[in-house]
Amino acid sequence: MTNASLEKAAIARPSQGLFDRFRLRELVLIPVIAVVIVIGSFVSSSFLMPENLLNILQQSSELSILVIAQSLILICGKFDLSLESTVGIAPMFAAWLMISDVSIGGSGIGISGYAGIAVVLATGLLIGLINGLLVVKLRLNAFITTLAMLILLRGITLGITNGQTLFDLPEEFLYLGNAKWLGIPASIWIAGLLFLFFGLMMRYHRIGRAIYAIGGNPEAARVAGIPVERITLGVFIMGSLLASLAGLLLTGRIASVVSSQGQNMIFYVFAASVIGGISLNGGQGRIIGALTGVLLLGLLQNVLTLSQVAAFWIDACYGAIILLALIITRLSGETPRA
Amino acid sequence: MSAVETYAAEAHGINKRFGPIEVLHDVGISIPVGDARALVGRNGAGKSTLVGLLTGLYGANAGEIRLGGRPAPSLGDRQGWRERVACVYQRWMVIPHLTVAENLFLNNQPRNGLGLVDWRRLREESIAVLDDWGLDVAPDLDAWRLTVEQRQIVEIARALLQGSRFIILDEPTAELERREVNRLFERIRGLQEQGVTFLYISHHLEEIYEICRTVSVMRDGRVVADARLDELPKDRLVAAMVGEFAASGAGRKSGNSASKARMTSGLDIGGLTVKDSLENIDLSVHCGECVGLAGLAGSGKDKIAEAVAGLLNPDAGSIAIHGTKTPLGDVGAMRAAGVGYVARDRHVSGLFPLMSLGDNLTTTVLPKLGPFGFVSTGRQSDMVDRQIAELGIVAASGSQPIGELSGGNQQKAMVGRALASDPKVLVLAAPTQGVDIASKDALYRIINAARDRGMAVLVVSDDLDELAICDRVEVIFRGRLTRSFARGWSDQDVVAAIEGLY
Repeated sequence: MTNASLEKAAIARPSQGLFDRFRLRELVLIPVIAVVIVIGSFVSSSFLMPENLLNILQQSSELSILVIAQSLILICGKFDLSLESTVGIAPMFAAWLMISDVSIGGSGIGISGYAGIAVVLATGLLIGLINGLLVVKLRLNAFITTLAMLILLRGITLGITNGQTLFDLPEEFLYLGNAKWLGIPASIWIAGLLFLFFGLMMRYHRIGRAIYAIGGNPEAARVAGIPVERITLGVFIMGSLLASLAGLLLTGRIASVVSSQGQNMIFYVFAASVIGGISLNGGQGRIIGALTGVLLLGLLQNVLTLSQVAAFWIDACYGAIILLALIITRLSGETPRA
Repeated sequence: MSAVETYAAEAHGINKRFGPIEVLHDVGISIPVGDARALVGRNGAGKSTLVGLLTGLYGANAGEIRLGGRPAPSLGDRQGWRERVACVYQRWMVIPHLTVAENLFLNNQPRNGLGLVDWRRLREESIAVLDDWGLDVAPDLDAWRLTVEQRQIVEIARALLQGSRFIILDEPTAELERREVNRLFERIRGLQEQGVTFLYISHHLEEIYEICRTVSVMRDGRVVADARLDELPKDRLVAAMVGEFAASGAGRKSGNSASKARMTSGLDIGGLTVKDSLENIDLSVHCGECVGLAGLAGSGKDKIAEAVAGLLNPDAGSIAIHGTKTPLGDVGAMRAAGVGYVARDRHVSGLFPLMSLGDNLTTTVLPKLGPFGFVSTGRQSDMVDRQIAELGIVAASGSQPIGELSGGNQQKAMVGRALASDPKVLVLAAPTQGVDIASKDALYRIINAARDRGMAVLVVSDDLDELAICDRVEVIFRGRLTRSFARGWSDQDVVAAIEGLY
C-alpha cells in the first residue's frame, strides 16, 4: 500500500477508541452495576465489606462457569438446557462411586478422590458428546433434545441414590470448592481464569472466530472452509465439561451432593447470558458481556437479600429485570436483515 | 504458466442424478484461463447443478472435474476448493454480525507469532483492500449493514484474498440498480485484465454481450452450444436456449379459442407501484380471459400476484374486481372481493401436509360450512366429495392426509382450494411446477373450465407450456411491463422479451 493511500485511509477512517472497540452493548451494564453498588452501600453498611463482596463472587462462581458454557453454545447458534442437570449428575455419579458405605447410599466401590474428579469431568465430556452427536449428526432440534436430556439426567441423578444426599466425600474431591488461594476462594480464581481464557480465545483464536461465523451464518462458514460440524460438536463437549466442573466446585463448597443440585440454574444461566448481550439467535455477544450479566445478577440478589426483600419476591424482581433488559436491547439495537 | 494450466475449469462427461432423476447428461465444459464465460439457459436447464459441481457442493455421479489443470479436490477438502474456485451466490454469504474486515479475511485472518488473530493487521489490510476496490465503508461496520452491491464486492474481494483466480458469479445483477451494475462490470473488466477467469450466470442476455467473451448454453441438462459471443447473434442464442422444436411456437395450441372476449372488466390493476420492484403497473384481465404474466425471478411478477392476493401492500396503485376497488394489503378483504390465489410453492405456502385432503380443500371456506365458526362435518364432506370429483383428484378419500398424495393431486387440491370460494378472479403462480405431465393436462383443463365459466384468470409464470393456455401474455422486466403478445406468439419472441432482449 502506498503512503498516499495510507494517509487517505487515515483520514477516511479514524482509528477506534477503546469505547468503540468494546461497543456500547458490551459495556451497557457497567453503569447499571455501579448504580446497584451505590444502592447496596446505602441499604446496608456491610454491603461493601470485603467478606460480603467475596461472598457474592463465590456464590456467583459456579453460575458464571455455566454462563461461559452457555455463551459458547449460544454464540455457535445452538443451546443446551441440560447443563443444569450435568451440574448435578456428574458429581453425584462420582460421589456414588467414591462412597464405600452402601448404607448411606454409596456404591460400595470406593474409588479415590482424584479418580472421582476424573469421573466428574469424564461424565461431563460424555454428556456433551451425546448432546453434540444428537444435534449435529442426527440434526435433532437442540431445544427438545437438550430438554429431554435435562429430564433424563435429573431422573438418573435421583435414581442413583433414591433421592438421598451424599456426604462424607474425600478431602481431595472437595478441595477445589472450598480451598482459598491467597485469601480468596479457589472457585473465584478458577471462574476468573476461565473468563479470561475463553474471553481471549473467542476474540483472538481462530476457533473462537469460527464459532462466531458458524452462529452468524453456518452456510457461509462452511463455504469459507470452516469445519462447521466438528466445531459445533466441540462446543457442546466443552459446554458440558464446564458444567461438570461447576458441579464439582458446588459440591466442594457445600461438602455434599444434593440430588437437586443445579436444579433451576438454567434459567439464571440464560438470564445472565441474555442480559449480558449474548444473542439467542447466535453469532452475537461477548464473554465479557456475559460476565457483567452474572455480576449484575449476583449483586442484585445480595442487595435484595440485605434490604430484607422477602425471598419470594426476589424471583419476581429477576423476571422483571430480564424483561426490561430485553426490551432495552430491542429498542436500542437495530435488527439486521435475515 | 505451465502448459497444463491453460484451463481454469474443465468438466468432462458429467452425469448428475438427484434421486431417480438425472439432471445433467454427459455435460462437458472447458473454460480457458482468463476467459469470461457466460452460462445461460432457462430455469431448470441445469445451470445451478453445474455450478454446485464446479464449486464442490456435491459430487458428480460420473465424469471428471478439473480445476486449474489438476483434478478437483475431494468434497471434504473445503480449503482446497476455496483456493481454486470461488462463487458469489445470490444468497448472502457474509456473516451478518462480524465486521466487514473480518468477513474479508474469514477463516483466513492474519495471525501473529502466537497464532492468534492480529486485529491491528487485519484492520490495516482490510483498509488497503477496501481502498483498492474504492469501497467507501468502514472496516468496523457490521456486515449486515452493507448494501447488496457492497456485499458482492466484499465477497469477490474475499475470494481473491483467498487465492482463487476463478470466480463464478451467480446472477450478480439480479438485485442491482443499473448504475451499480455498471460499476460491477468495470471491476470485472479490471480483474479480467489481471488474468482472473469468470463464469458468469445471468438471465439478462444483454449483460452477457457486454462483459463476456464466450458462452455455454444449457438446455434440459446438456450443454447444447459453446461459442464466441461475437459469432453468435442474439436470436441464435435464444434459439439455442429454447430448442429447435419449440422455436417456431406460432399457432401452438389453439385450445378453446376464447375470442368471445366479452370485455367485462374482471381484474383491473392500475398504477401499481412497490418501491424498488414495481413501477406503475397497469394490467387488466377481462372476465372469461386468461392472461399470462411472464418474467424472470425477481422481475416483480410475483409481487403483482401477491398484491392481488392481498399479501403485499403496495406503495401506490389500485386493484379493482369487477370494477369495484378493493382495500389493499388485506388477504381476507381480497378473498371477500372475489380473489382466489394459488401460491407459487405449494410446499412453502400452500399445503398443510399432515391435515386431510378435505381440510386442505376447505381452508378458505370454513365460515360457509356452519354457524358461529363451527364446521358442519356433513356439509364439509359433501363439498369435499364434490370437489374431488370435479377436479379429478385421485385419493382414497377426503380424509387421507394430503402429504400422501402425488404432487399433481396436491396441486389440483391447491387450485381447488382457490376455487372453493367461487372467486371472480383466479391468480395462479406457476400452477404446474413440479407435477407430472398427466396432471399438467388435468390442471390446464381445470383452469380452462374456470375461465369458460367467466372467471378472470391470471397465470404468473415463465414456463412456456403454462403460458400456452393463455389468451394473451404480458411480459414484465425489472418491474415494468415491456411487451404484450396476443395468441399466436412465437416462443422465441416471448423468451427474448422475458430475458430483456427487446
